[in-house]
Amino acid sequence: MAGTFILEARGVTRQFGGLVANKNITMHVRQGEILALIGPNGAGKSTLFNLIAGAFPPSSGKLLFEGKAVADLSATQRCRLGIARTFQVPRSFDSMNVIENVMVGSFVRHTGTQAARRAAWRTLEYVGLADRAEAPTTELTPPEKRRLEMARALATEPKLLLLDEVMAGLTPSEAQKGIQLVRSIRDRGITVVMVEHVMEIVMPLVDRAVVLHFGEVLAEGHPKDVVRDDKVITAYLGERHRAA
Amino acid sequence: MNETMTMAAASAAPTQRAAGARRAQLPILALVCAVTALLPLVMQDVYLQNVLILTLMYAALSQSWNILAGYCGQISLGHALYFGVGAYAASFLFAGYGITPWLGLLVGAVLSAGLALVLGYVCFGLKGHYFAIATMVIAEIGLLLVHNSELFGAALGIHWPLGADSWSSMQFARTKLPYIYLALALFVLTWLATYAIEGSRWGFWWRAIKDDPEAAESLGVEVFRSKMAAAAVSAFFTAAGGAFYAAYVAYVDPESVMSFRFSLLFALPAVLGGIGTLWGPAVGALILIPITELTRSYVGGSGSGLDLIIYGGLIMIVALVKPEGLLSLVRPGGAKA
Ligand SMILES: Nc1ncnc2c1ncn2[C@@H]1O[C@H](COP(=O)(O)OP(=O)(O)OP(=O)(O)O)[C@@H](O)[C@H]1O
Ligand SMILES: [Mg+2]
Repeated sequence: MAGTFILEARGVTRQFGGLVANKNITMHVRQGEILALIGPNGAGKSTLFNLIAGAFPPSSGKLLFEGKAVADLSATQRCRLGIARTFQVPRSFDSMNVIENVMVGSFVRHTGTQAARRAAWRTLEYVGLADRAEAPTTELTPPEKRRLEMARALATEPKLLLLDEVMAGLTPSEAQKGIQLVRSIRDRGITVVMVEHVMEIVMPLVDRAVVLHFGEVLAEGHPKDVVRDDKVITAYLGERHRAA
Repeated sequence: MNETMTMAAASAAPTQRAAGARRAQLPILALVCAVTALLPLVMQDVYLQNVLILTLMYAALSQSWNILAGYCGQISLGHALYFGVGAYAASFLFAGYGITPWLGLLVGAVLSAGLALVLGYVCFGLKGHYFAIATMVIAEIGLLLVHNSELFGAALGIHWPLGADSWSSMQFARTKLPYIYLALALFVLTWLATYAIEGSRWGFWWRAIKDDPEAAESLGVEVFRSKMAAAAVSAFFTAAGGAFYAAYVAYVDPESVMSFRFSLLFALPAVLGGIGTLWGPAVGALILIPITELTRSYVGGSGSGLDLIIYGGLIMIVALVKPEGLLSLVRPGGAKA
């Protein structure tokens, strides 16, 4: 059954000077699941995304994507293999309009401009951003910018999609649409790992959760069990539960 | 069935619109060509024809610089090096071996592209300002090397031998008309190359790298290869311009084709007109080069440094008032931004 792990981290550590942002992380992502990566601010969630996507290399440890060691590959190479990510702070290409931004992603799978544009258009329709296709990115609202991040990542036709707080700042009805979108992405066969702080979004959506705390894996399991875990409650949900 | 057809129609619409907006640029180019080609018939003054030739040449050279700096975001302040390679290749082969400058131009352009790949391999690891400074220093080293090389005539340079006017030697003593058409051809070729690349995968990759290299990488953009390609294309056309210039003035020496002044003169029209745009370099050259030539003739020689002061002032004004360049004033999208 090991073959059903699309991603494995084995003892992954990342240091920034004296700061250990990820410490000896061992975890896996199953093919076809939606996994939540949760934890307090500064726990190391975005750092782990950066390591998986190849923005920078781990200080030590192994990363396996579909059983293949990828820690030494560039971000470009990992994207070709099928890993896509969004950035917590959206990073649009501001000299291009919305559809051109998405085309940069679709050019990974389509060499011709016409084909790339058609694929980008389909992706925009899919995420519900087609009506903004010709808008300059500077005119997008913050939720639209996050949707653009998702569209760009999806346009690379990934097998594994890393979503870093893409639902931040959404109204409850927008969040519902976001939940549906993530489900439909999974139904297309794309494995999703998402960083998300809002438990109301995490609980109904994800199959499994991994909790990070001070760069280490604190707990792992079904979201309902994870939130009952004493260590997790003290570390992360404590204040919230007491306040409620 | 019905649904698939609607889908196809919907996705075809934006594709055609974008292609149409791009193709609308071609008639503008045709118009510019027609006007430029007819201009010398009414403008027979040799001095003004010289200004026209230089304007076209700098429009082409600035477009070449724009390919690397404007589209790919790698600001070079050393393009005088590639200009010099082209100028010297054509001069050396023609004066030394009687080889036609057409071949010299091609040799220079290919050498220059190769040199750009070597230098790019070394320099593209450098970030931002360090890259610009490195290109400047390397160009100065190139100037010194040529200055001390007996093979290339050292400080005296290379004079083109006198001969009958002919297309094969690119020498025309009695009329400037052929040079006008050569400069126009140079501009059109550079423009068309930029136009073609702009709409291709390379063009998208270059702009993505310019805007945000890290995001580009995460989307599968081949960052290093893209920069190398941009550098090679840019150097190729810059050297072609250098060979043309050498043929036009029939003489090269280190200062007259490789000084830092040229690196600035390639960058300025693009910065002035609109960096990373199809027409920015041409618009910028149309304003800048006539002004430069007029001040040169009234104030005398380029040795005074006054033109450098003017360039520096212009760059500062553009940077402060309109960083996107003059073209953004007439663009519906650009004016708002
Ligand atoms: N490039 C970097 N250089 C130096 N320190 C960094 C860098 N990236 C992250 N860190 C540090 O590593 C730690 C973990 O940061 P990270 O962004 O991974 O946390 P996070 O779990 O995503 O937090 P948040 O929920 O606030 O997004 C923090 O202390 C952060 O300051
Ligand atoms: Mg984060």
